[in-house]
Amino acid sequence: MNNGKPKTIEIVQRSLVRRYRAERRFRRMGLGAIVLSLVFLGFLFASIVGNGYTALFQTQVQLDISFDPETFATGELANADYPRLIKEALYKAFPQVTARGERRALTGLVSSGAAFQLRQMVLADRSLIGTRRSIWLPADDDVDMLVKGHLSRQAGRLSEAQLAWIGQLQSQGKLAKHFNWTLFTAGDSREPELAGILGAVVGSFYTLLVTLALSFPLGVATAVYLEEFAPRSRWTDLIEVNINNLAAVPSIVFGLLGLAVFLGAFGMPRSAPVVGGMVLTLMTLPTIIIASRAALQAVPPSIRDAALGVGASKMQMILHHVLPLALPGMLTGTIIGMARALGETAPLLMIGMVAFIVDIPGGFTDPATVLPVQIYLWADSPERAFVERTAAATLALLAFLIVMNGLAVVLRRRFERRW
Amino acid sequence: MLKKTLQAFAAVILIWTGAAAPAMADAARDNLKIVGSSTVYPFATVVAEQFGKTSGFKTPVIESTGSGGGFKLFCAGVGVEHPDITNASRRIKPSEMDTCAANGVNEIVEVKIGYDGIVLANSRKAPPLKLTRRDMYLALARQVPDPSGAQKVVPNPYKTWKEINPALPASKIEVLGPPPTSGTRDAFVELVMEHGAESYDWIKALKKSDEKQFKAISQTVREDGAYIEAGENDNLIVQKLEANPKAAGIFGFSFLDQNVDKIQGAVVENVSPTFEAIADGSYPVSRPLFFYIKKAHVGRIPGIAEYVKEFSSEKAWGPDGYLADKGLIPMPDAERKQMAADVARMKTLAKDALK
Repeated sequence: MNNGKPKTIEIVQRSLVRRYRAERRFRRMGLGAIVLSLVFLGFLFASIVGNGYTALFQTQVQLDISFDPETFATGELANADYPRLIKEALYKAFPQVTARGERRALTGLVSSGAAFQLRQMVLADRSLIGTRRSIWLPADDDVDMLVKGHLSRQAGRLSEAQLAWIGQLQSQGKLAKHFNWTLFTAGDSREPELAGILGAVVGSFYTLLVTLALSFPLGVATAVYLEEFAPRSRWTDLIEVNINNLAAVPSIVFGLLGLAVFLGAFGMPRSAPVVGGMVLTLMTLPTIIIASRAALQAVPPSIRDAALGVGASKMQMILHHVLPLALPGMLTGTIIGMARALGETAPLLMIGMVAFIVDIPGGFTDPATVLPVQIYLWADSPERAFVERTAAATLALLAFLIVMNGLAVVLRRRFERRW
Repeated sequence: MLKKTLQAFAAVILIWTGAAAPAMADAARDNLKIVGSSTVYPFATVVAEQFGKTSGFKTPVIESTGSGGGFKLFCAGVGVEHPDITNASRRIKPSEMDTCAANGVNEIVEVKIGYDGIVLANSRKAPPLKLTRRDMYLALARQVPDPSGAQKVVPNPYKTWKEINPALPASKIEVLGPPPTSGTRDAFVELVMEHGAESYDWIKALKKSDEKQFKAISQTVREDGAYIEAGENDNLIVQKLEANPKAAGIFGFSFLDQNVDKIQGAVVENVSPTFEAIADGSYPVSRPLFFYIKKAHVGRIPGIAEYVKEFSSEKAWGPDGYLADKGLIPMPDAERKQMAADVARMKTLAKDALK
């Protein structure tokens, strides 16, 4: 019987080693891809956290401010000469400094925002006038960078005399790092030590609220109609294809559309969250429609048949049975769409939301910017201290994104039903 | 579940209508809208912030759109939906004034705020560069005069700085700079490249006889990898220079000023780019910065006159002012005084003044 031809089993066995090896290689390649992307992710996080955590602290200077009644003699508390109070306190702390140029360098150690802090304190509490208080005031950004070690002593940004004064303050314990509340309670500023993300966070909140209010009802209604009512025809096919295409359109295109239609044709205000929200609605709508349709499709037909079978109308069947079952999936899609909208800057560029805005927006039509735009603007600023603040704002944005995506996961876990 | 769903829908729709209603009524604005140059942006924002904190008016909203983009928005018309002020890192062009006039923007007030130096800088780890504008032109133009001396242009053959000028280091020419959309690039081309090209008499003669050819020779930046477009973000260029000591970068003086511990400015024609040298005009590569006010809005939008007053005050644009701390180079005393007086009476710009 043996005619020299190898038996099938022999061929299989011979190739078996090679096939096992290929199998292992395949598996390792997959594992390698995951490890590599985790390394990149880790690197990204490490660099952002490493750059950003120092922004959580701000160097402050302790000064003995005497709220001299003479300064407030004019009666107008809002317009009193607050910078003078700080200058006087500094001159008293360094009596040896008398030359005009040197005094200028000395006052340069304290942030220009310190005077506004005193102003707010006095406006809030008149009884301060006439008293002496020891107050921690923000230091200038160059001092802050020096103390944090981001600026070398030889840099030339600070003079020898200034370095000596800083050393003196440090040895007296009057120069220290404190938690940087300003970062979370202030709007934008060109002085790094006074800049905060609150304005951008509020702007993002208003913008996303508009986006949610528009895109969720519209998206769900569209999905319900297409899934439950629409006849299958060339028209509905066309609509379907277009919705899928829309999901892949680069976001800047929606910005151009917003500029032409909302600002141009409707005459709506520039830089307003309401317009930003409408533009982002256009962007998230396809995502929500697609997710909602998938959620509706996942509801088994037997539920619909049963509801219709006991005499429910079509509307009752949808509202009482199908929608509640599909809602977790719809919400998941919505949250993921919103998270994408939160991180978007390109479409907002066209409608004027990439702007320097100090005041914290108080409504949907007030000028506002959003968190990613704030990051972009800070990254572009020449001051060294904005580097760490850029990273800190990125951390805040990442925190929001993680919370939103986490919420989507929780919703899916808790409410999604499988059949 | 149904009831809750319906309630949620009702709430959502309520918020929706609440949000949309005020948008339809585009009422009068109570904050200034400023657009324009990204070079003036860092200075205008500082003034805006000071103004917002001290004056009782709302802080102006400032968009960085570039000089050209700013004029386009500014000249679109008169009314609350159009900006009140545009910043520019160059003077308004006659064609832009025509556009303005066609849209009813007839009275424009020009305010010169100071100067900005453009620097070529490299890492402090490398020796400083000492250049002339002719060297920079030869290093960066796409076509340069034939090295053999003939009066014709050849594609740029220079690979290292030493080939251009024996006094320069033998390192590869590698310059990071802004893209063509940037005002800094425009100014660099005008102040350095054109000037460098004009140092050849026969090219200068071309300017009159064949302007198109002249522009092609003097204004086209090479595209063979020696000039690297690094985007509008100057911080990024600074970081790249630090990582690559052999490269040089082009950007505004304020970035050099903020990063003096990392980078050094090239000495151009024996003058280093320092605050003093740019202020007294001895550093050759500097340009004036402007902003333009729509006079029709003065009095209609609250705060314009006050904002301009803040900007033109000594404590802002003077030699010891807060703008100087941010890197703006102030005008000489007499010019500043004259400008402040002109601005106070809102002297409008005549088209003839642009030549």
